[in-house]
Amino acid sequence: MARYVTGKMRRKGLAFMAVQTPEKSTGASVSLGPAAALSCRECGERFPLGPIFACEACFGPLEIAYNLPTGDPEGLRKQIEAGPKNIWRYAPLLPVPADVASKPSTNPGYTQLVKADRLARELGVTGSLHIKDDSGNPTHSFKDRVVAIAVEAARAFGFTTLSCSSTGNLAGAVGAAAARAGFRSCVFIPHDLEQGKVVMAAVYGGELVGIEGNYDDVNRFCSELIGDPLGEGWGFVNVNLRPYYGEGSKTLAYEICEQLGWELPDQLVIPIASGSQLTKIDKGLKELIALGLVEDKPYRIFGAQAAGCSPVSRAFQEGHDVVRPVKPDTIAKSLAIGNPADGPYVLDIARRTGGAVDDVDDAQIVDAIKLLARTEGIFAETAGGVTVGVTRKLIEKGLLDPSLTTVVLNTGDGLKTLDAVAPTTGPTATIRPSLDAFRDAGLG
Amino acid sequence: MSVNVRIPTILRTYTGGKSEVPAEGTTLAEVLADLERNHGGIGPRVLDDAGKLRRFVNVYVNDDDVRFAEGLETATPDGAGVSIIPAVAGGC
Repeated sequence: MARYVTGKMRRKGLAFMAVQTPEKSTGASVSLGPAAALSCRECGERFPLGPIFACEACFGPLEIAYNLPTGDPEGLRKQIEAGPKNIWRYAPLLPVPADVASKPSTNPGYTQLVKADRLARELGVTGSLHIKDDSGNPTHSFKDRVVAIAVEAARAFGFTTLSCSSTGNLAGAVGAAAARAGFRSCVFIPHDLEQGKVVMAAVYGGELVGIEGNYDDVNRFCSELIGDPLGEGWGFVNVNLRPYYGEGSKTLAYEICEQLGWELPDQLVIPIASGSQLTKIDKGLKELIALGLVEDKPYRIFGAQAAGCSPVSRAFQEGHDVVRPVKPDTIAKSLAIGNPADGPYVLDIARRTGGAVDDVDDAQIVDAIKLLARTEGIFAETAGGVTVGVTRKLIEKGLLDPSLTTVVLNTGDGLKTLDAVAPTTGPTATIRPSLDAFRDAGLG
Repeated sequence: MSVNVRIPTILRTYTGGKSEVPAEGTTLAEVLADLERNHGGIGPRVLDDAGKLRRFVNVYVNDDDVRFAEGLETATPDGAGVSIIPAVAGGC
């Protein structure tokens, strides 16, 4: 277990105790590649790299400030293209040590960007439509990306236990990553998740704890545990390691652009749970522009929610810049975060880029899952039904331009959310093994 | 009315490192004012210049998020547990 020390830090004329920093690795000695410091997204206050996530001054979210490798975009592009076929090809742009690819990891990423021509025809898209299919990751969701980064931070800070609050996918990703890297894991989920996610989270041998409540209750519990001696020395990937963890979503932006031939897409449709993924994809796109890896041009970011948990969509429609929390009630459980931490930033990004945030109800989600499966052979989890469903809705509303290049994210695998489609999906017929029976069933 | 307030790690510099402290008040606003009296500096960390809860702070009275209740006017019954928690956690 890491033990903590505190020191004095002077800021704005007042004495504050320094941020918690493990004895094993003080902020000054932590080496996480180009990561230089933690910076408050709200007030700009900077802190040394450490396992902290909220600004002492204003409670704002901390994020990584970098010294990125500028000046030789062509050399950087060649270095990336020569790298491994996983997220570590982007190590020069991530808060990870330079030798990260040699460490035990689930090595996620470099998932398929599927050119979805048949889906495009169904939706009336005349430009090019792509599905970024992150169900191809090691535990079948994009969470492997963020967890892989958090594992490197956990190593750097001397943690031996990995933990998280999860709607299911993250619990599985943490369990697998911990098993591969040799960490203990103890993860927390709402007690009523889909069986596929529960089994997948438990099978890796770590501790899995169901909490009697919804995701926001689980999250609150974890936030309290982290401040208690019971949680001392634990690396909560989406709490005290959140600034590092979130950066993993930037790799979606990097991959999409690289797979488009180092070009920005015109439009992206991204699911919103806490909103972190959307904000980090925007951050990744801006970094690629700043580094000269892609040509600068306008892009529009659209956020997608389930109607049964749509606080960000509602705020967008109503013109608000704050997000009023809701109590979730939707089959899209991986997006069922009623109090989305990054909601205000999602609103900023959607408005800045000329995008929008919209939502679809549970029936539309199921329809969209089937549409994607039928046209492209991709079985998405409910979150993928949300993005495809919202894409259709945005086109119908005239908000998404069907003549442009659009990338729609599928962040997880339908095998984990069978309950969503099982009631309306099954065998066409069950017959005796005879040709007559086949003919009689109208199948001949 | 006496309540028990759970203090997040980043505010414990104001409570001498204590993770829980007692406070008096019949509403959350009164409890926070009492906290400020006894642990000077904690108030401006939780409330903004307009006296509202900062947007990245969640406060619970027992199991209820005060944003679903009456905000700063949420009643704090005798013996209640009040938790102050950074909002920027979880999800992805």
